[in-house]
Amino acid sequence: MKSLEDLKKMREEALKKVEMREGDKEYRVVVGMATCGIAAGARPVLNRLVEETAEKNYNCAVTQTGCIGMCVYEPIVEVYGKDGEHTTYVKVTPDMATEILEKHIGQGEIIEEYTVEAARSGQGE
Amino acid sequence: MMEDLAMHILEILMNSIHACAKNIKFIVQDSTINDKISMSVEDDGKGMSSEQVQKISSPFMTGRSTRKVGLGVAFLKGLTEQCNGDFLVESEVGKGTRVLASVQKSFIDTPPMGNLGEIIMECIQANEEIDYIFHYMTDTNEFVFNTKEIKKELDGVSILEPSILLWIKDYVNQQVNMIKEDEG
Ligand SMILES: Nc1ncnc2c1ncn2[C@@H]1O[C@H](COP(=O)(O)OP(=O)(O)OP(=O)(O)O)[C@@H](O)[C@H]1O
Ligand SMILES: [Mg+2]
Repeated sequence: MKSLEDLKKMREEALKKVEMREGDKEYRVVVGMATCGIAAGARPVLNRLVEETAEKNYNCAVTQTGCIGMCVYEPIVEVYGKDGEHTTYVKVTPDMATEILEKHIGQGEIIEEYTVEAARSGQGE
Repeated sequence: MMEDLAMHILEILMNSIHACAKNIKFIVQDSTINDKISMSVEDDGKGMSSEQVQKISSPFMTGRSTRKVGLGVAFLKGLTEQCNGDFLVESEVGKGTRVLASVQKSFIDTPPMGNLGEIIMECIQANEEIDYIFHYMTDTNEFVFNTKEIKKELDGVSILEPSILLWIKDYVNQQVNMIKEDEG
């Protein structure tokens, strides 16, 4: 049974993690959660990102934004690095979200084939 | 996509979030005696003029520039009509908005409640600054969840920590289910 008492322990654990990390989180992972995103399946993607980040303690904050203005590419996940560089992943599924965390956040490797640029050039062919 | 009540309500909650609300009150009354599920969302956001309120439930009214049709409010209104319920929007510019929707509980086409813990988590996750009171009532029982209390307990740790968000989702669902089971 969960109770508000749990929060004390969770607070301690969260503080420990912050100390280990020394400072801000390195990445910001942003999910488009407007109606267009939600209709395209953004909710399971967001839920997966939160679950995996909690479980594996990835060095990122998971946040959301409204309409990104590219409804046909939803669900969209944007990854912002500390230096302001950013990558836009499109038509993201929960499993792709897991992979993005593993490769991009975990190892610093962009997954080119999932980016909006790849999707656009694929359409041009 | 729109297969449960929670999903519809998420749209209404998102409207409150986008209307720059600081406090959002979300009430669900699940009554077997009245054979009715009522849901209300009340915010202290920017509000609407009476003209806007009149237009709001027509499917052609949207504040969105990237897509022509607003779905949120019109869809929910349509659903309440299909399910023998009521729909009401009250709003005042600069004060806030209250959306009230109800459906007949035992009606065959009334969708299931859906995952309330999940939509609450998704709303909290949208903006740390907004506070929520979630009130869930049955004929004999109630559960109140207040993010101000949670933030006080967390004392400096962000409510957006993924582990905290997950806990909130599970906690809310657990409490809601407990109350429902009590009901028998
Ligand atoms: N709580 C609220 N406070 C202020 N204005 C609101 C509120 N809810 C709705 N509105 C106004 O009513 C409009 C219609 O809302 P609706 O949810 O139907 O469509 P939308 O939000 O514009 O688009 P969509 O939900 O499809 O992304 C909004 O654009 C907004 O101007
Ligand atoms: Mg809306």
